[in-house]
Amino acid sequence: MTDLSKLTIASSRDALRKGDVSSAELTNAYLGAIEGAGALNAFVHHTPDIAKAQAAAADVRIKSGDAPDMCGIPLGIKDLFCTKGVPSQAASGILNGFKPEYESTVTTQLFDAGAVMLGKLNMDEFAMGSSNETSVYGNAVNPWKFDDRELTPGGSSGGSASAVAADLCLGATGTDTGGSIRQPAAFTGITGIKPTYGRVSRWGVVAFASSLDQAGPMTKDVRDSAIMLEAMCGHDPKDSTSMDMAVPNFEAALTGDIKGKVIGIPKEYRMDGMPAEIEKLWEDGTGMLKDAGAIIRDITLPHTKYALPAYYVIAPAEASSNLARYDGVRFGHRAKLDAGDGITEMYEKTRAEGFGAEVQRRVMVGTYVLSAGFYDAYYNRARKVRALIKRDFDQVFAAGVDAILTPATPSAAFGLGDMVDADPIQMYLNDVFTVTVNLAGLPGIAVPAGVDANGLPLGLQLIGRPWEEGDLLNVAYALEQAAGFVAKPQKWW
Amino acid sequence: MSIDTETARRVAKLARIKVEDDALPALAQEFSAILGFIEQLNEVDVDGIEPMTSVTPQRLKRRTDVVTDGSQQAAVMKNAPDAREGFFAVPKVVE
Repeated sequence: MTDLSKLTIASSRDALRKGDVSSAELTNAYLGAIEGAGALNAFVHHTPDIAKAQAAAADVRIKSGDAPDMCGIPLGIKDLFCTKGVPSQAASGILNGFKPEYESTVTTQLFDAGAVMLGKLNMDEFAMGSSNETSVYGNAVNPWKFDDRELTPGGSSGGSASAVAADLCLGATGTDTGGSIRQPAAFTGITGIKPTYGRVSRWGVVAFASSLDQAGPMTKDVRDSAIMLEAMCGHDPKDSTSMDMAVPNFEAALTGDIKGKVIGIPKEYRMDGMPAEIEKLWEDGTGMLKDAGAIIRDITLPHTKYALPAYYVIAPAEASSNLARYDGVRFGHRAKLDAGDGITEMYEKTRAEGFGAEVQRRVMVGTYVLSAGFYDAYYNRARKVRALIKRDFDQVFAAGVDAILTPATPSAAFGLGDMVDADPIQMYLNDVFTVTVNLAGLPGIAVPAGVDANGLPLGLQLIGRPWEEGDLLNVAYALEQAAGFVAKPQKWW
Repeated sequence: MSIDTETARRVAKLARIKVEDDALPALAQEFSAILGFIEQLNEVDVDGIEPMTSVTPQRLKRRTDVVTDGSQQAAVMKNAPDAREGFFAVPKVVE
């Protein structure tokens, strides 16, 4: 069978259409790879029967000549997406046993395009985390190692990142509320894009912070992200924030020509104590874009420093409201009650048993910042700061900047368990470069661009103008070509 | 701002999450750390700035107010921890 590590969505699409391989063969190969990769704990619900049936249908469709790009392509689906009849529990104990009676819009679109679902992927509980250590399924593990230590694949889309990096699927869905696609992509040497807020329907995706959540693809390269993103995008009447706007052919935008494009380098992203390796990676990336003909411009985004604190008001506030639905009445876990317990005890015990520590913490912080007397001081103030953060970007784009280059993360992947004793804010700092993009609703992409002294992958982030994912993907493509990142993790699992 | 254990207890109650008494001091400490971090926002001059309500400048779409879905009782009840005779069952609420 084909060497799975060499396949991409684009090359598989071409091979499928030429008849060099069938979707059934590809799917079986990936199912085999997943079987042998239990140590990564990336796939947490396996759906081989669905995969085989979808692959058979895809093969018929490909033979008939009516095959969209994603037809026959084996994917992993983050556990946050509701998939009909298949466990979808956002890696939470409170949704134990939950099997939706409906299919999310994103998975509906992917399946309508002929894509194959291999299974559901590990993640942080309710997408709250940056290391995949808050999952009810246990940690997902990064296929990259050094010193024989198990490393985090990042979070919250840690299972997605691990699965793509370890060649357990050709691509995976991710979601990104504060960096949950881009940070794990950077930690595992793959590509991930969070599109403009409103580009992809949130319907059927378990809600964390509704004004920030966006789904996107996690793939092996930029071209694959372009192909898969296009299949995920589009207006959906079932999501009132979904934009009614034509979806361009993103792959066609990948010319690699970025001559005359203005790339902004924001000085506020040069953080105190930033590791020299990250600084060098950023400088190298800047040089690559310059060599490719882009114009480099120093820019300022003065409110950057306040993005994380604003996020840690807004995201928990929205989460406390969204997660109010987990009450033990309509779906999921209900606590065993003692004699005399009433409905309040049922709610309180159910939520204490069902939610993990980080989710409880965020729900309670959200409750606090929304409570009487604090709403103005915290929540309204954070929404005002958010408006200022967006204005910073608006001004830079209005002055002619086409895209902004920053590091994706403040470090390479760290060890699982390393942050156990750190206070929660240390973990939150992982999102320092990515969270601004969610607050401003912009598209952002992480591209692998180098390795650190231990041989671990490092990523750069490009931020684009709203609704111009095509242009952004093209700049990312030029960066990818110049960086020539080809390193792969050595198989140990 | 420092959060005391009484405030932590009140927030847990509001959030409908049972927290045992002996866990309250640690929880209060975590809240204090997070709120301390959030308080950086007080440095920002927000005079005259409207709180953001929508990150994309779009008006919500309107649709005709008609029934578009329904008659799915079985599907709606399917995942209930306790469903009886087409209803969700809960402990007694009204005496």
